Amino acid sequence: MDQFAVKVFVRLRPSVLDPAGEATKSASIKLGAEGIKSLRIGKMIEVKIEGNGENEVREKIDLLCDRLFANTVIEDYEYSLEKL
Amino acid sequence: MDYFTVGVVVFPGSNCDRDVSWALEGCLDIRTKYLWHESSDLSDVDAIVLPGGFSYGDYLRCGAIARFSPLINALDDFVKSGRRVLGICNGFQILTEAGFLPGALTSNKNLNFICDDVELDIVSSKGGWFNDGGKKQTIKLPIAHGEGRYHCDSDTLKKLVDNELIALRYKKNPNGSSFDIAGITNEKGNVLGLMPHPERACDEAIGGTDGLFTLKSLILK
Repeated sequence: MDQFAVKVFVRLRPSVLDPAGEATKSASIKLGAEGIKSLRIGKMIEVKIEGNGENEVREKIDLLCDRLFANTVIEDYEYSLEKL
Repeated sequence: MDYFTVGVVVFPGSNCDRDVSWALEGCLDIRTKYLWHESSDLSDVDAIVLPGGFSYGDYLRCGAIARFSPLINALDDFVKSGRRVLGICNGFQILTEAGFLPGALTSNKNLNFICDDVELDIVSSKGGWFNDGGKKQTIKLPIAHGEGRYHCDSDTLKKLVDNELIALRYKKNPNGSSFDIAGITNEKGNVLGLMPHPERACDEAIGGTDGLFTLKSLILK
């Protein structure tokens, strides 16, 4: 069995308003940071997972992302995978 | 089964389960039974309410974890049998996460947790959840949520409109919901999800009785 470290990024779809991102953008500007054009907040999920090779692990992660980590009505996801 | 019994689902973090039970039993004389979320035996209930609260602490997303409970897995057959399911607030969020209703609920546009009475237009009488003989087209119910902004894509919205699946719309949109949507039904009409709390509007002493009809309609066949 191979072990992989996976980082999943879940983001609100571009068409979905991100009020928390807007509030943080507003605070960033109050802090004095200049030039911020856009700020959106997502989630990062770290998973350590075993499987027989990368393809099998990708299948498992795809299922997790589609069914649990992201609500694909409002969110997109992507992930990176590193063999340990 | 001698008495019509409404199952009130209890998740870890539910906090409106007792309110729903009180409204049904105390105000409407309808028998209730609490159903722990790990139960998958729905054979002795005739309708189900998924109450408000913060199931599983709203971890990941509202309703995302609750969706995987044995009870929600068993709900598919229950819904297909035509029996009625009412999802209130967090219950509505669970019904969308589980795919019983389309769309999703996410954080309010203004990021506030809104606790207020709102006026609602009854848009569709599908399922008979609000049909009060055509007498009242607007009702007032309390809302209490931080993540009640209904969102769906334009195709889904068209389908909701064309098939008369939008049950309730806010008169004055409090949370940024698409098309002012406060509640929707499935195509058959036996599943209703709504953000407002009908169980908190069942007695004049606590500010109104506009929620009574919706709870009473759980006994419709």
